[in-house]
Amino acid sequence: MTSTQHDMAVAIIVSLLLIVGSVFCLLAALGVLRFPDLYTRMHAASKAGTIGSSLLLLAAGVHALDATILIRALAGFCFFVLTAPISAHLLAKAAHQAGYRLTNLSVTDQLPRDRHSSGR
Amino acid sequence: MSELFIIWSILASQILLSLAMGCALFRMVRGPRAQDRILGLDALYINAMLLLLTFGIRTANTIYFEAALIIALLGFVSSIAFAKFLMRGEVIE
Repeated sequence: MTSTQHDMAVAIIVSLLLIVGSVFCLLAALGVLRFPDLYTRMHAASKAGTIGSSLLLLAAGVHALDATILIRALAGFCFFVLTAPISAHLLAKAAHQAGYRLTNLSVTDQLPRDRHSSGR
Repeated sequence: MSELFIIWSILASQILLSLAMGCALFRMVRGPRAQDRILGLDALYINAMLLLLTFGIRTANTIYFEAALIIALLGFVSSIAFAKFLMRGEVIE
């Protein structure tokens, strides 16, 4: 493989990662804007937002063509995958404790029943 | 040719990320309750960090990358602290 072909391959991979990642981020923010209550908004932000930011971090890591940057990008990816569910869960728990009602469109709320059946 | 690909895709992703920041900002300002505002702030933090990352790719400067990782860490800690404050009324027990 010649050097220009190599550059082209890296450029195409980085461009794809950038575009797909930022589309996922925009979809997450649209979900935050448009969904009816906190729980559905949080579902959009914590899933699509994690994927989008991970793809953009990978794009930065691939573009640098440097193993140390790529490894740090992968560490950032793992950090996002580990921490986004924690913060979303804690925020949802705070909202549920404060009596934030679910929207009328949602079908069931299993948290009170689970609390009751586990004897607390 | 390959430079052109990267420049145009960086421009597109910066536009998309700015739109995402606008959506999150709207939710942060409007949000009916405090939890919605925290969620909007969290989304805004992540999008701002990703915008910084795209600036880093454009200028081929890795210092933006370090800054983005630190901002991600601070965003996680701040949203945890806000959620804990809403739940208990204090951050450190």
